[in-house]
Amino acid sequence: MPPGNARMIVKGIGVSPGIAIGKAYRVDRDRVSLVYYYLPSPAETEKEKKRFDAAVDKTEADLKEIKSKIAGEFPEHGFILDTHIYMLRDRMLYDQTSRFIEEQGINAEWALRQAVENAQLIFAKIEDEYIRSRISDVDYVAERVFENLTGQNRRSVAGIKERVIIVAQDLSPADTLQLQVEKTLGFVTDMGGKTSHTAIITRSLDIPAVVGLENVYQAVRSGELMVVDGYAGRVIIDPDEELLNYYYERQFQLDNYRKEVARCAELPAETEDGYTIKIQANIELLEEVVAVIDNGAEGVGLYRTEYLYLNLDAPPDEETLFWDYREVAEIIYPEMVTIRTLDLGADKVPTRMREWGETNPALGLRSIRLCLQEDELFRSQLRAILRVSGITKNIRIMFPMISGLGELHAAKDILNQVKQSLIQESIEVDQNLQVGIMIEVPSAVAVADLLANEVDFFSIGTNDLVQYALAIDRVNENVAHLYEPLHPAILRMVKQAADAGRLAGIPVSLCGELAAEPLYAPILLGFELDSLSMNPMAVPRIKKIIRNANLEESKVYLQEVLQLSTASKVNEYLCNLAWRRFREDFELFEDEMGRLPAVNGNPQ
Amino acid sequence: MDYGTESRMIRKEFTVRNKLGLHARAAAKIVQTSSQFQSSILIIKNGREADAKSMLDIMTLSCPQGTRIELCAEGKDAAEALTALAALFDNKFGEE
Repeated sequence: MPPGNARMIVKGIGVSPGIAIGKAYRVDRDRVSLVYYYLPSPAETEKEKKRFDAAVDKTEADLKEIKSKIAGEFPEHGFILDTHIYMLRDRMLYDQTSRFIEEQGINAEWALRQAVENAQLIFAKIEDEYIRSRISDVDYVAERVFENLTGQNRRSVAGIKERVIIVAQDLSPADTLQLQVEKTLGFVTDMGGKTSHTAIITRSLDIPAVVGLENVYQAVRSGELMVVDGYAGRVIIDPDEELLNYYYERQFQLDNYRKEVARCAELPAETEDGYTIKIQANIELLEEVVAVIDNGAEGVGLYRTEYLYLNLDAPPDEETLFWDYREVAEIIYPEMVTIRTLDLGADKVPTRMREWGETNPALGLRSIRLCLQEDELFRSQLRAILRVSGITKNIRIMFPMISGLGELHAAKDILNQVKQSLIQESIEVDQNLQVGIMIEVPSAVAVADLLANEVDFFSIGTNDLVQYALAIDRVNENVAHLYEPLHPAILRMVKQAADAGRLAGIPVSLCGELAAEPLYAPILLGFELDSLSMNPMAVPRIKKIIRNANLEESKVYLQEVLQLSTASKVNEYLCNLAWRRFREDFELFEDEMGRLPAVNGNPQ
Repeated sequence: MDYGTESRMIRKEFTVRNKLGLHARAAAKIVQTSSQFQSSILIIKNGREADAKSMLDIMTLSCPQGTRIELCAEGKDAAEALTALAALFDNKFGEE
């Protein structure tokens, strides 16, 4: 914990980074109280429907007014209000409410409440979590109609006079958009998660925000001094002078660091002693290519291709795949795109395959094994990839989950057959297309020297390697704590694979969460890999740390780390190293610092 | 092509290609477009139907990226309606 004291410190979810320091401003948003009753006579139903219509009209006018006010500032958010306006007139709400008034002879509040409850039942059954959560929009819209029906108005956030930190139980998107950015320093709510509208909006407005605080609204008084730490997801109410000074300093330094990292994202990751390692991006969707370029990643080190196969009754056709891959390849050009062939478990594949049923899917028919069995599925994907390779010439192909030479040969045979048939059809294929494999099954590490002679590159997939080597299903909460990426066994395996690749003269890359972890960057460098591939957002900071590092030093660190006997000792070593050698890149990040042991000068 | 003026039913298949599928924003665009036409328009997925003029209907049909759906329009301006909706699907609802 930082130095000093406060009346209260609450942990929530940081959804928009940055530090805000200012006065609290509570925004009341208590639900309107509703009265339900039967209409005194059938003659009243027409009148009641008109009352409902008037409330809907008024709500629509309100939403349109908010939209027109914000249109200039945030046009991209206007659509949220558009969706609310459509919901207002949606048959599921509007027509049903009118019908309930008429058929049941009840008042508009009661009828609308029933319509909303019906919608809730329908939404609750939806599998897609994102769409299911959108029932909150229905609630926001209905709440506004209830306000207009009853004439009860809540305090609006639009009338705020000074620069404040907004404290609320929950805010609708319309409420959030009414915040005046120039008057809003920070934002905290009791409800909400990483994907709520408020999270998305505050991030795009660059306002520090922490949500999911449970009962901060009750605890804080308007006008009280508070700090919002959007990095650590922490809210501090009424800090003493020591803590306040700490946060002023931190605010200043973090803002500078963020600007510095973003400014240098384009620079290569070249160490002090002149070793350059390529920093690439892992992506799953075509849409992510923008982030790849914005964050200065040097190509795509891992394009996961499963997405187009999910939620379908039949696999996607070759044309769909072709256009998807081609778009990615053309945008990333002249950098390379490494396409990983289908890495699905049988449980995720459509149609009859689902019926196979497996008790142990991680060890079952999945990934390359599934592709080798479901020949047609595999061939159509390979055709699409090869066709793109002939046009853009910047494609590499990568087989996942190869466990030994047998599988590699089988996969390469099919690839060659597909290649030959394309050539016979006079369709161009990149003759220099590189074919590589993921090293993620422990047996592949053991025979890495044999595999290295028959492929053009290795990519070490640490997520699965850790899981298979340590026999840990990290989704299983009973054993998740044993999922240790820094386990000495893992480090030795990475070394064995990297050495085998280097000896055979092929490039070796590492993809997986390990690569994106700033703390690990100095020793990963020591493996003398050719590239690291990670989530695009992680790229700029990893590049910066590597630019501050030195290959010869990193080789020594790695040797020392390889002598350590447990994951916790490795972790301790890395924390000390970060603190001693890379202080400027770590001292500001408290969440990472939390892992540091107590040493001199450490604010822990 | 001249479709004449009599009421007719037209069907066309689509694949949902935008990242988030037919979520609120895409659904709103479908409603906005469909509402400009008199024809009744249905979105059909695995035999389940949704009214293309109802946002909540479309959202609760639950169509993530990759879903194949059929649009079915019936009415005087059915052809124009499907052309307009096809344009939306083709440019992925204007999303990045």
